[in-house]
Amino acid sequence: MANVIEQRDDAPIVAARNKDTPRDAGDAVEEPSGGALAGWAVTISRPVAEIYAYWRDFKNLATFMDNVVSVSSLDSRRSHWVVKAPAGQNVEWDSVVTEDVENELIAWRSEADAQVPNSGRIEFRDAGARGTIVTAAILYDPPGGAVGKVIAKMFQREPAIQSRRDLRRFKQLMETGEIATAARTKAQREAERC
Amino acid sequence: MRALTWHGKNDVRVDSVDDPEILNPRDAIIKVTATAICGSDLHLYDGLIPTMKAGDILGHEFMGEVVEVGANSPLKKGARVVVPFTIACGSCYHCGKHQYSACDNGLPADNQDIAQTLYGQPMSGLFGYSHMTGGYSGGQAEYVRVPFSDVGPIVIPDGVEDEKVLFLSDILPTGWMAAENAQIEPGDIVAVWGCGPVGLFAVQSAFLMGADRVIAIDQFPHRLELAKKFGAEIINFEQSAVYEALMEMTGGIGPDAVIDAVGLEAHGLFVDNVLDAIKTTVFLGTDRAHSIRQAIIACRKGGRVSMPAVYGGFVDKFPLGAFMEKGLTLKTGQTHVQRYMPELLNSILAGTIDSTFLISHRMSLEDAPKGYKMFHDNQNEVTKVVLKPGSVPDSAIAAE
Ligand SMILES: NC(=O)c1ccc[n+]([C@@H]2O[C@H](COP(=O)([O-])OP(=O)(O)OC[C@H]3O[C@@H](n4cnc5c(N)ncnc54)[C@H](O)[C@@H]3O)[C@@H](O)[C@H]2O)c1
Ligand SMILES: [Zn+2]
Ligand SMILES: [Zn+2]
Repeated sequence: MANVIEQRDDAPIVAARNKDTPRDAGDAVEEPSGGALAGWAVTISRPVAEIYAYWRDFKNLATFMDNVVSVSSLDSRRSHWVVKAPAGQNVEWDSVVTEDVENELIAWRSEADAQVPNSGRIEFRDAGARGTIVTAAILYDPPGGAVGKVIAKMFQREPAIQSRRDLRRFKQLMETGEIATAARTKAQREAERC
Repeated sequence: MRALTWHGKNDVRVDSVDDPEILNPRDAIIKVTATAICGSDLHLYDGLIPTMKAGDILGHEFMGEVVEVGANSPLKKGARVVVPFTIACGSCYHCGKHQYSACDNGLPADNQDIAQTLYGQPMSGLFGYSHMTGGYSGGQAEYVRVPFSDVGPIVIPDGVEDEKVLFLSDILPTGWMAAENAQIEPGDIVAVWGCGPVGLFAVQSAFLMGADRVIAIDQFPHRLELAKKFGAEIINFEQSAVYEALMEMTGGIGPDAVIDAVGLEAHGLFVDNVLDAIKTTVFLGTDRAHSIRQAIIACRKGGRVSMPAVYGGFVDKFPLGAFMEKGLTLKTGQTHVQRYMPELLNSILAGTIDSTFLISHRMSLEDAPKGYKMFHDNQNEVTKVVLKPGSVPDSAIAAE
């Protein structure tokens, strides 16, 4: 396995043509749980410390992650996630931080009994005048059957799409102080969020 | 409020809809005092732009009075402002380089996927121009919600009429940037394809930037006449062969810079099937992409090509060989309106730019559907329609 990594080019793992690569490559996500890999890099023209701090305060995730209803801290490493599912239902799980380097990276994974096993890693890199480059890799395992359908819908089928949109909203919030909406009225904006 | 809404092909109506509200801290609500119908709006009218929804409010050239502001808007209630058609945040990497139409944050996150897929990266948002460009309600209405009101709208001094400054919203900066992109040098001969609003403002701007001669090309006598008023020599492509005429008029060298202000006549993002529809149903036999090909072939060796004209997808038979062999430079893009507004406002106030010559018709918002039809049916004489939401409709006058 070490060989596989040594032979790779300089492109990030999420750009790999061989979609099996992430499962072999330990550098994408430590101890991956879940199959589909969704990654996206954005440049955010704010200082790295500010961006890291906002993300590390997990309750903030609900402000820009569309499907996340709430994240509450259980202790300094564990958090409880409530995520929207169709038909007014929610799915919930506990998540634990597996790695945390200030202003560099945060990695997390769901605890063993989670309905939607998932793990993720977000990296922050100081990019000088450009601000901060944020790279996220989120892995999860949509189950089959009826629940699977719900989960697939929840992640809008294509797992990459949801996390891209979430990262764009994160960027908007950090750069502009708000999240862009084309709605004209409060009622329209509420309707968009459901 | 009342607003001009789209309902399908050749079907626009003035409807009563909910007033806009402040939704984000940097928003402002503008009470519209003047708004124009753009050539690009006709493509929505013709049903050629995908991702339109019944009830969408059109209009991207507008100005008015600030009536409400969000917590982070620096605008004062009562201020008169002109609003750029491009919605840009002012704080991303691109805005930092004053490339506002390339703003990362103008589009809602969910609307960015289409441009990301088609063009590689998402573009800025636009008012009133389909859901691919954000789905923002437009300015042909009594009120508009304007996002990023601290970056876009420019405050107009009291005592300056609306009509003088209205076109700062789009076509004046677009014509100006077209000339700037032509990198005009003293002594240059510049050729401009298209004498619509954009081409005519490009003609004026080219002279202001030091062009020695400007040659304007179109088919409509009235539009060519307007170009002539600014000192341009004219070619009517129905009377004369354009390449031959240009080569003769430039002593066999070709124009130093060429500006394509024809294009597919739309601001929007086209997808291929739309391009095909345009080719086969609307411009049958005239092949609009012709203007950029002709401009490249006519341009002198080592010359410059400026393309304000909007192309959305793919163009066949692009003369890449001529482009390379002659060593041409091409500059293009949706206009970075915010970048040019202050200097152009100064030029208007100083009287160096004539910003009102285009206006051929004025009417109330209630009469807007009539305005669309007139503009659509008679391009020669109807050069620009300005709508005034506050004014009394013709029908009411007739009824008295
Ligand atoms: N870059 C931008 O941000 C931006 C902004 C506004 C408009 N535009 C684009 O600029 C272009 C011009 O806009 P407009 O409002 O002036 O349009 P318009 O339709 O009013 O004018 C186009 C003119 O070109 C003429 N024409 C057609 N075919 C020609 C040909 N083969 N040779 C010479 N002339 C020809 C037409 O007769 C017409 O007068 C459009 O493509 C429009 O979408 C771009
Ligand atoms: Zn326009
Ligand atoms: Zn921006």
